[in-house]
Amino acid sequence: MGKKTPLYDCHLDAGGKIVDFGGWDMPIHYGSQIQEHNAVREAAGMFDVSHMTIVDVRGPDAKAYLQKLLANDVDKLKETGKALYTGMLNNDGGVIDDLIVYRMDGWFRTVVNCATREKDLEWMTAHTKGFDISLTERPEMAMIAVQGPEALGMVQKVRPEAANLIDSLKVFQGLPQQGWFYARTGYTGEDGLEIMIPKEDAADFWQQLSEAGVQPCGLGARDTLRLEAGMNLYGNDMDESVSPLIAGMGWTVAWEPAGRDFIGRAALEAEKAAGIAMKQVGLVLETRGVMRSHQKVVVEGAGEGEVTSGTFSPTLQYSIAIARVPAATGDTAQVDLRGKLTDVRVIKLPFVRNGQKQF
Amino acid sequence: MSNIPADLKYVASHEWIRLESDGTVTVGITDFAQDQLGDVVFVELPEVDSEVTADQDIAVVESVKAASDIYAPLAGKIIAVNDDLADAPEKVNEDPYGDAWFFKMELADAADLDKLLDADGYAAACE
Repeated sequence: MGKKTPLYDCHLDAGGKIVDFGGWDMPIHYGSQIQEHNAVREAAGMFDVSHMTIVDVRGPDAKAYLQKLLANDVDKLKETGKALYTGMLNNDGGVIDDLIVYRMDGWFRTVVNCATREKDLEWMTAHTKGFDISLTERPEMAMIAVQGPEALGMVQKVRPEAANLIDSLKVFQGLPQQGWFYARTGYTGEDGLEIMIPKEDAADFWQQLSEAGVQPCGLGARDTLRLEAGMNLYGNDMDESVSPLIAGMGWTVAWEPAGRDFIGRAALEAEKAAGIAMKQVGLVLETRGVMRSHQKVVVEGAGEGEVTSGTFSPTLQYSIAIARVPAATGDTAQVDLRGKLTDVRVIKLPFVRNGQKQF
Repeated sequence: MSNIPADLKYVASHEWIRLESDGTVTVGITDFAQDQLGDVVFVELPEVDSEVTADQDIAVVESVKAASDIYAPLAGKIIAVNDDLADAPEKVNEDPYGDAWFFKMELADAADLDKLLDADGYAAACE
């Protein structure tokens, strides 16, 4: 028996198949993962992401603390509600976790992964020394992601009082209203919202969205959607042994100002100076078979790499994968598919955005 | 609870076997197996006329979640395969005991049928 979110009973009522996910009892699908995936690409789907950990950072040194802690620079967040994707690195430049930071009114909100909660909190707490800040977890909040081309409209229909606020949201911005927090963020490659709400309101809201026609979606569809969108999954595509520079996260490392001494900076600078050996790419297999994580990638003349996440793409109808390969890799490679070296195309991520093929 | 028809035979690796009136057998995967796999996206079938031994891996079913080997339940010869599954792998989820049969076999020894599990035996194996 794992931990249960406030929506656990809703999942059972909707026929959710429950699996263990980082110590939580979560729905993997409600019948067909592929139908759920398609609902998000074509209309709107919703995900219970209440298992994710919200940590608020307050105090006079909150900004200085996060500028030390995170590889991206929260000083880029010029207005209230703006959000930033970033890695939190160790001293060797490995990724402890990836997270979203929102600039709030005089403080910051972070959302970190559930499977990494304990080590994240330990690391964050250990580095508070010398900073006048407080870290507060928000377990009383539930979180629902509503994603897809019709997602914003569906939420506005169910929550008319938030319609104007939702209209005003820019991409990667979140704003509070009466104890709820609406953010135009997601993990699917579609437009949509991630909504943090008091947990006692969660089941009613879920039910209303469901009645409005929003498809409940499980972790299975969440994974195929994020993979098509070329987004990393912590533990698959990067971890503490992997630098953001070889995990497709180079754009999240803020090198300027040069004087900002974030944790991991020295290691990344050394890595850059020595030459970055690997890179993250997308792989496409247009024939039969499905690429899976940990399969070997062979690049003639350049060396070997590894599939870090692979699946069947419901949108494209063939297998796609995220892989770490030698930096010199060109347009083609081979993947060891159950003992058979198979030709694949190498592309620049993502595979799909807003329902459309991107390569 | 998954559906385990009483008129079929089973092996613990989640294939079902139906004895036809002409003495051949039809083989597919069980409702329990398709439920565990999730949405099936590819099925790779054996060659017609190939001779197989019991427990030999002769087919592959790939779902969104995982690849899984399919075993010959008994020794014999493959006499037909269900080519429709190439274009409609989702049938494995929709109708595992009907439209989504995998292959038909001529058994090397009909007495081998006694080695298979009945519905109760298979239900126990799934627990």
